Amino acid sequence: MLETPQRQPPVPPPSRQRKQSRLSGLVWAPLNWLEERSAIVSGTRYFLFRKVPSDSNWFHTLGSATLTAFLVQVGTGVILAFYYRPTPDGAYESIREITHDVTLGWLVRGMHKWGASVFIILLFLHMARVFLFGAYKYPRELNWIVGFTILVLGMLQGFTGYLLPWDQTAYWATVVGINLNGTGPIFGPFLAQFLRGGDEIGPNTITIFYAMHMLLLPLAIGGLIFVHLYLVVRLGVSSPPWSREAAGAAPTEVEPRGPGLVRPRARGRFAR
Amino acid sequence: MEPHNGDDKPHLPSPSIWPVGFAVGIACMLAGIVVSTPAVIVGAVIALVFGALWARDAMRPTQAPSQPDQVETAMAEPEPEEVNRFPRNQFLELTTLGIAGVITAVVALPVVGFAILPAFTNQKRQGVDLGPTDNFPENEWIEATFLLDPSVGEVSRRTAFVRYNGVFEDLPSYTLISNRCVHLGCPVQAAGPRREDERKTVDTEQAEIALTPVLPAAYSCPCHGGAYDTEGNRTAGPPVRAMDRFKFDIDNGRLILLDTFSVAKVEGEGAQAKLEAYGVQGPGEHVDGLEGWLYPLQPQDLR
Repeated sequence: MLETPQRQPPVPPPSRQRKQSRLSGLVWAPLNWLEERSAIVSGTRYFLFRKVPSDSNWFHTLGSATLTAFLVQVGTGVILAFYYRPTPDGAYESIREITHDVTLGWLVRGMHKWGASVFIILLFLHMARVFLFGAYKYPRELNWIVGFTILVLGMLQGFTGYLLPWDQTAYWATVVGINLNGTGPIFGPFLAQFLRGGDEIGPNTITIFYAMHMLLLPLAIGGLIFVHLYLVVRLGVSSPPWSREAAGAAPTEVEPRGPGLVRPRARGRFAR
Repeated sequence: MEPHNGDDKPHLPSPSIWPVGFAVGIACMLAGIVVSTPAVIVGAVIALVFGALWARDAMRPTQAPSQPDQVETAMAEPEPEEVNRFPRNQFLELTTLGIAGVITAVVALPVVGFAILPAFTNQKRQGVDLGPTDNFPENEWIEATFLLDPSVGEVSRRTAFVRYNGVFEDLPSYTLISNRCVHLGCPVQAAGPRREDERKTVDTEQAEIALTPVLPAAYSCPCHGGAYDTEGNRTAGPPVRAMDRFKFDIDNGRLILLDTFSVAKVEGEGAQAKLEAYGVQGPGEHVDGLEGWLYPLQPQDLR
């Protein structure tokens, strides 16, 4: 039996509801525009509103805390670079200016200095959580390796950043640090020579350390964080050891690839 | 419809590698026009040789489709083994990857070279003028600070402990100890009084030299407690050898510091001291014994 569509006069929504819908339309219009072209809204939803074990707890937030600490380091570091001069004659003086003369410079420098320690401490706490929860086990071994690499790069950030104030502590700690690298067998002397930028510590040393601290290492850490998060999203959050829920997704069968790197396996006429 | 002699099947020559060489030859020729005449000749020869090989390949009958009894086969569905030739898309894939790899290498290699090589090249050191030898009385220790490389300024200020040992076998003898600790490179201090009131500064052509008389009973390092006697032998702590020393020269009555060298052990004192000398090595590196084998090559050996 066919239902005949009944023409009913549209019920005018109450004025408050109408206002709300107009407001939400105002918010959603640009987002819809973006969504239609880039899928950014659904992408963000997919990234943020994932299913997590119901008994996940505060310890699971240590990773995000570490990420936040890293972002603070990036932000404050970029601002510090506005006023810092990586030269033997200018470095100490510019740090003195940042601390005493530049408005709120003491705050940003303090955030960067103490934030560095916070970042490393949180890295270790996050690592401890993953270790004690057994969250490094299959299928998350690769993510443990990526995270460990981030830890090593974070320590290198500490090593390269420590020189930049160019005071006595910084200078001699770096001398010792470089010479420690130099005692590595066979390649050690070459590594030390590279870090010094020559036979002796000099103007090149500070610019090399500055470039590594500013460009090379943060970019590498950023890229690895991206990989780290991709794997978290792909594999899901692990449940605590006392949980009755299974963690993450079921293992997927990986289809062995055909010959060639880019081309999918030959089909049809050319199938072997 | 009668196929006229199988002409609707394109006469593709079989794949040939020679055009690559031909192209290289042409490129070499073109580059030679700009850079050098011999390259033009070499390029022309390469292009000619590979061109001839290519032509020979191209003129060879391909799949022999012109023979009448094979026309039928050419029209029919390809046989499986015929299909298993090197497929075109695989060729294109490999070529693309290969060319991309070559381009990447051409761009990246100089960049990597620039990132690493400057630290290892152009590291020649000038001699450092410590001023007139009169400033170094016999058998007294003078702490001399100087600029290793005046062009970069104070960052290259280094310290040497200098003692004139008098004339030995008709030649002046100096003990010139570098104050860099051979544990990890901290600044070793003279353990004993410093006579600041007798401090002297000498202006040389390059920089200001500060000379301070010291009365060391020993030398000691503030960082990790390394201790040395006044000849530079390790007496306690983590250092792995005796302190490094400077070679020297005397030019117009002025003491010139030359390169440093490493010392495993010093026997005797002053002018009679016998040094077990080695090429300079970084702090913390053994020069002798079993551990010395850990450091077979130093960056300066490659120059």
